Amino acid sequence: MKRFGALLLFPLAGLLSGCDLVVLAPAGDVAAQQRDLLVVSTLLMLIIIVPVMALTVFFAWRYRQSNASATYAPDWDHSTKLELVIWAAPLLIIICLGALTWLGTHLLDPYRRIDRIEPGQPVTQDHKPLRVEVVALDWKWLFIYPDYGIASVNELAAPVNQPIDFRITSSAVMNSFYIPALAGQIYAMPAMETKLHAVINREGTYSGFSANYSGAGFSGMRFAFHGLSDEAFEQWVAQTRTASAKLDRDSYLDLEKPSENEPVRHYASVDPDLYGAILNLCVERGKMCMNEMMSIDAKGGLGLAGVRNTLPLQYDKLARRGAVFGNDPSYVASICTAEEAAAVARASRDAWPTYWPAKNLSPLRGAGMLRPGTDSRSAEADMPPLGLLRREL
Amino acid sequence: MPDTLTRFIFGRLTLESLPLHEPIVVATFIAVALGGIALLGAITYFKLWTYLWREWFTSVDHKKIGIMYMVLGLVMLLRGFSDAIMMRLQQAIAFNGSEGYLNSHHYDQIFTAHGVIMIFFVAMPFVTGLMNFVVPLQIGARDVSFPFLNNFSFWMTVGGAVLVMASLFVGEFARTGWLAYPPLSGIGYSPDVGVDYYIWALQVAGVGTTLSGINLICTIIKMRAPGMTMMRMPVFTWTSLCTNVLIVASFPVLTAVLAMLSLDRYVGTNFFTNDFGGNPMMYVNLIWIWGHPEVYILILPLFGVFSEVTSTFSGKRLFGYTSMVYATVVITILSYLVWLHHFFTMGSGASVNSFFGITTMIISIPTGAKIFNWLFTMYRGRIRFELPMMWTVAFMLTFTVGGMTGVLLAVPPADFVLHNSLFLIAHFHNVIIGGVLFGLFAGIAYWWPKAFGFRLDPFWGKVSFWCWVVGFWFAFMPLYILGLMGVTRRMRVFDDPSLQIWFVIAAFGAVLIAAGIAAFLVQIFVSIRRREALADPTGDPWDGRTLEWSTSSPPPAYNFAFTPVIRDNDAWWDMKKAGYIRPLSGFRPIHMPSNTGTGIILAGFSVALGFAMIWYIWWLAALSFVCLIATAIGHTFNYHRDFHIPAAEVTQTEAARTTLLAAQG
Repeated sequence: MKRFGALLLFPLAGLLSGCDLVVLAPAGDVAAQQRDLLVVSTLLMLIIIVPVMALTVFFAWRYRQSNASATYAPDWDHSTKLELVIWAAPLLIIICLGALTWLGTHLLDPYRRIDRIEPGQPVTQDHKPLRVEVVALDWKWLFIYPDYGIASVNELAAPVNQPIDFRITSSAVMNSFYIPALAGQIYAMPAMETKLHAVINREGTYSGFSANYSGAGFSGMRFAFHGLSDEAFEQWVAQTRTASAKLDRDSYLDLEKPSENEPVRHYASVDPDLYGAILNLCVERGKMCMNEMMSIDAKGGLGLAGVRNTLPLQYDKLARRGAVFGNDPSYVASICTAEEAAAVARASRDAWPTYWPAKNLSPLRGAGMLRPGTDSRSAEADMPPLGLLRREL
Repeated sequence: MPDTLTRFIFGRLTLESLPLHEPIVVATFIAVALGGIALLGAITYFKLWTYLWREWFTSVDHKKIGIMYMVLGLVMLLRGFSDAIMMRLQQAIAFNGSEGYLNSHHYDQIFTAHGVIMIFFVAMPFVTGLMNFVVPLQIGARDVSFPFLNNFSFWMTVGGAVLVMASLFVGEFARTGWLAYPPLSGIGYSPDVGVDYYIWALQVAGVGTTLSGINLICTIIKMRAPGMTMMRMPVFTWTSLCTNVLIVASFPVLTAVLAMLSLDRYVGTNFFTNDFGGNPMMYVNLIWIWGHPEVYILILPLFGVFSEVTSTFSGKRLFGYTSMVYATVVITILSYLVWLHHFFTMGSGASVNSFFGITTMIISIPTGAKIFNWLFTMYRGRIRFELPMMWTVAFMLTFTVGGMTGVLLAVPPADFVLHNSLFLIAHFHNVIIGGVLFGLFAGIAYWWPKAFGFRLDPFWGKVSFWCWVVGFWFAFMPLYILGLMGVTRRMRVFDDPSLQIWFVIAAFGAVLIAAGIAAFLVQIFVSIRRREALADPTGDPWDGRTLEWSTSSPPPAYNFAFTPVIRDNDAWWDMKKAGYIRPLSGFRPIHMPSNTGTGIILAGFSVALGFAMIWYIWWLAALSFVCLIATAIGHTFNYHRDFHIPAAEVTQTEAARTTLLAAQG
């Protein structure tokens, strides 16, 4: 009977081999490290789970009522030694797992710049990161390449073995930016920016999508992510540049309107201030940008005049009806032109670092301890911080 | 002018709000309406209205209220499960360009309703019902501290359920996911009534849950029989106490966060809007500060059930009672320190994420200790594999797997790749079905004879058990695999044809679970038919250990003719071993609370208020609010709140039991 049981497993194995467990076999180094952590944690926990399950079955069978030969101790309800084991065994596993978690979480923090392309190949000065600004729209993805001045909808391309530096926001509701083959996901939220650093190691086309339900068109909010060789990527850029469409504020407002199952689109040029305006909710001309508002408020605000500085809203994505007892939908009027606001935004936005510091990949030591191979603390201080216990530069 | 008048009278409720153009909904409505008419007709035909009103609806008896909670849970389980099977079917067929049979307007309502109903109107009523029925009996009390409040709490929970059910036929339900994250749930992106139904259903039911929590805490703290110190309380009572502490401390957070969302929607405040300084992330934090304790609210009482069942059916004292109690308390406290693990991907720093990841893992230590305690209770026992024990063993094998995947999801980098995936769905169904639902079935099979005086039919119970357990593995193991294939939750259509086979397997599992539910209903039906054969005149069918088994089945209205005196844990076991003799004379009149219809009336006005607010029918809202307050004040002038059961009646009831026991020999 047992032999037949084993046979039953064959179709299951067949099924599994037929499917692409992308989370367990990703094509990006970050996702691979996340997978490793996943596997190691599972194995660690199996150390305790397997015995517990086995004991459950064994005790249930051994101490069944019909088995009169088993010991019966109706009043035995305490054993200090056993209780120590009961609490200590899970505790030990959790201590190991906790340490692993602390380290893994810091090393794989999506905000932290990656320090290796793949195992044994650190990021050097020669690796110029590809910058991509990601906007989740209802219900499609917009990718802006500030270095190239181009943009695409529902298609993302990147050269292999080159760090990718994502800045992510959303136009309306919460989404989650996720390419399982590349790296873990991170939320895309309106008026807020999240970051993700990753690298793709193998050429190919991978699927990306929103992993956070965002309304009617959510299922179709998918895009293809192309991992390309350097030449193919240059080709892709050149091809995109030949597109006829241009992305400026007006065409963005058109694009932003809710639509489902959008085809791929390319834009030959992009208004360089557009992403900042999207992030600060001021793509419509005349609306005050959030960073402008915050800087006015930081300086003491406009006082009573500020309360009255609103205008009725003409357009708000889903033709919002407004709260039944609230004011009519309105917005705060900008006190400078869109160009001035953009200039301020450009100045105030944290500049994207222009250099790519080499990381020290030698093994970690305790806080304050020297790394192997460094002879003095000053040498250590010259090194770029590893970012383990500190925020990135 | 007539238009203004209709607008005034009906608010935004129009004929178009009735989904007459939706064949699925119309068919459902006709089925529900026919069933409802048949039920009401039967009640009228058999002249049961007076009986139901006097003996059940207005009852303040904790046992009857407990049973009514269970009935509510069961009815809503059927609704919630219909949603589940519709989703499974949609996902199994929406491939290769097929849109399936549900458009997004329907599908998005269905998964939202499934989550809301299963948590708030299935699991919560079941758990509250079990606690209501069992706790006073276990601590030797005659009722809960505030019997009227108990009745009121129950009807408020029903009121919430009525609003959710109304959304099926009048208007629509939310299309936001079961936690209604803004900005999607804000007025800008969800202008219709769906989210308002969600808000008011939860607010009305939330009043009931919070009051019931307060009630049970008071009961456990103040009404224990003499001699029952805290450390002699049965474990189920302990876990109930912790659960109710969690309820009282966390439900106000839900109430507050939903109130803020309503303000955003009704009066245009900007708590959670994108613009004007609003912050949707605050909503996500607040709702999970309620939401995480909520999952422990659901599971802790069932941990108690498993403790009672394991110890009873192993014929042994519970191993490590003290560590069991401390584990429960530790879980209670820690459950407040882990909420952020539901959104590691929101971009908190690595240190914040690690903190919440590690606190989450720490919870697995006391939980693991509990599993070991059950294991060593079985060790050197004499295990009788009756239904409750079968559910317990199935729980131990299933829940450990769910616990393991839970800890896995608590590792932030692993969560980044698995968050919101079907792996997550598989995980929480693994712990909620494998823990909460298996526990409920164990509890129902265990205490059914106490409630009704006869056992549940074991054959159909076993059919239900195997369908559920096997169905669960078939339905959710494919979801783990799909999660590892990077498939996210709440998807309506799929491109990749290689995924389909897994969804088909999952749908097959759901069909098995449907058979399990059907077998459970058959089991109840068959047991009622065979109640003579399954009768348990002793009141102690399982050779029980705790006080509820010392009284008759079903217990008399007053539970215990004399309040028992407790000398040890497992009070009834101790009494049996010490040669306890039932007192046969010297009975005295027993002071009891009177029934009242105020609870059901107040809940009725609350439903009217909620419905009026949902549809902007302001006159009805104002009217029902005034009536609500007036009824509540009016009730304070009701001086007929209690009565005495005369000594003669007590003597008679006890004598009847004496005869019954004597007939057993």
